[in-house]
Amino acid sequence: MRNVTYIRALNEAIAEEMKRDEAVFVIGEDVADCGGVFGVTAGMMKRFGRERVRQTPISEAAFTGLAVGAAMAGLRPICEIMYVDFATTCMDQILNQAAKLRYMSGGQVTVPLVIRTQQGGGTCEAAQHSQNLEAIFAHVPGMKVAMPSTPYDAKGLLKSAIRDHNPVIFLEHKLLYETKGEMPREEYLVPLGEADVKREGTDVTVVATSLMVLRALEAAETLAGEVSIEVIDLRTLVPLDFEAIAASVRKTGRLVVAQEAWTSGGFGGEIVRRVCEECFDALVAPPKVVGSADVPMPFSPGLEQAVLPDADAIVDAVRAVA
Amino acid sequence: MQIAQDDLRRMLRLMHTIRSFELTAQTLFREGLAVGQFLGALHSYEGEEAVAVGVCAHLRDDDCVFSSHRGHGHSIAKGADVRAMMAELLGRESGISRGRGGSMHMFAPEIGLMGGNGIVGGGTPLALGPAFAAQYRGTDQVSVCFFGDGAASQGVFHECLNLASLWKLPVIYVCENNLWAATTPICDGWPVADLAPRAESFGMAGVAVDGNDLLAVYEAAGEAVGRAREGVGPTLIEAKTYRHRPHCMVIPEHRPEDELADWHARDPIARLEGHLLREGAISDVELADLVTEVEAELQAAADFARESASPDAATFADYLWA
Repeated sequence: MRNVTYIRALNEAIAEEMKRDEAVFVIGEDVADCGGVFGVTAGMMKRFGRERVRQTPISEAAFTGLAVGAAMAGLRPICEIMYVDFATTCMDQILNQAAKLRYMSGGQVTVPLVIRTQQGGGTCEAAQHSQNLEAIFAHVPGMKVAMPSTPYDAKGLLKSAIRDHNPVIFLEHKLLYETKGEMPREEYLVPLGEADVKREGTDVTVVATSLMVLRALEAAETLAGEVSIEVIDLRTLVPLDFEAIAASVRKTGRLVVAQEAWTSGGFGGEIVRRVCEECFDALVAPPKVVGSADVPMPFSPGLEQAVLPDADAIVDAVRAVA
Repeated sequence: MQIAQDDLRRMLRLMHTIRSFELTAQTLFREGLAVGQFLGALHSYEGEEAVAVGVCAHLRDDDCVFSSHRGHGHSIAKGADVRAMMAELLGRESGISRGRGGSMHMFAPEIGLMGGNGIVGGGTPLALGPAFAAQYRGTDQVSVCFFGDGAASQGVFHECLNLASLWKLPVIYVCENNLWAATTPICDGWPVADLAPRAESFGMAGVAVDGNDLLAVYEAAGEAVGRAREGVGPTLIEAKTYRHRPHCMVIPEHRPEDELADWHARDPIARLEGHLLREGAISDVELADLVTEVEAELQAAADFARESASPDAATFADYLWA
């Protein structure tokens, strides 16, 4: 085993898949010379050349659309959108085109595309660089949505996403990039659609995504000896491993969903819907969703921390349902 | 430019096929209305036949075409089966997109027909994809995007010209400037009269042609496709043309009568027929036979569509995932 960063894990996944399959290429802003503004594609240009690491103008609609069309033509693009906030400038290409082409064509067109981007707050980048937009992508049928929380999952999920024959939105978190985790030296894949129990427990199920998995694990430590928390990391929202959620809720009877996205209208509400519809008899307390306050992200550090959910918010929610 | 008489007769036949397809499609649409069934929007290509036929005459099955909402002509010119197209209009399982796409989403990737688009300008970035793929693989396919003057006001269109020229992609943008964006005259959409000069500002080739003159379209497209295949780069073709019908079946005619009469007098089919008759490339009898044959072919296509089965309602979720 090795201890590597989340960035390194992503970098290795891309390099391994580019080496394995010549149809795989990287496209996006600043991805070649500086290896992406977060360094995920560092060294790629030197290793694979400019033809396979395509640095674009600031032109998300054009290069994302190009990636969709290249996927239709049999290539396997890894399209980097620097911030998920910028994906709003190419939502036509993602939501209207990539997600629907296969269905509209009666199964004749295949779009093996990965859109990598990062989201989340915590870096004082204000309202247009801090959003969590996973619910939008998960809402529109036709795209898979991945949100890895650890370096191990990041690498295994990204390799699976690149090999998948469908469009995959791969949502990293900017505060996870420097986190470290254990990883085998051998090649491995993490399948899309399998949740992971990050901590076993008996009293309350906490379903979490991305950075909130780490916050949920902190909360579990805080509450150790008081409440036993089971932390379920969804890893992908689409496909959703609802069986893993249901199995845990049937055991604990209590549910807290922790997401960094806004509390209202988010994917957490969707999980509560499914649990209420399918496991209502198992619940002994009303479920709760922990998320950001429903405001654009403020710049000032104190305001930002007041908006973001933290481990204490999860602790409070767990105590409320326990 | 010398064009073989066989090729001209073949192109005339395709133009008649498109015209006859549209007239037959309108009959089917009215049949549907008569029994209370509204079969979506139907955008007639009548009057613009020379553009699709003159451009697609230069394309191989492995060249890609991205079409618009007004796409029947592009599909036929690219070689699509009119029976499957007609069945698609009625939402049949035997339709060209298995009844999942309808008029605006006809796909036949095996002949390079990469679909119409319900989003005005939506196809413009997708068309970059196969062009990029050809460059990436070192092959000589080209990619063609048909769009209207309305789409030329979209921001993404300009991003595409920029990227196509920057990377010298083998893509040809064919604007069918029919002077009206739905019900808005071009003078209310563009501050200038011509599109072709915009190409120069992106450092790419741009040419305006009489879109109702098949010979002119054929010549301009031949040069553009040649440039693309040789790796010289993209071309913007502005084909000035006119649609004989209103924007779609449910919008009444609102254009000035003298303008309509003026453009009907420049009908592209009548012009090509006049040319062929003068050149002795076709006789009156041969012409009459051609039209009779085409009309019989379209009647058979309509019968095939009417007699084809609708998809089993239980299959609505098919073809979402690869």
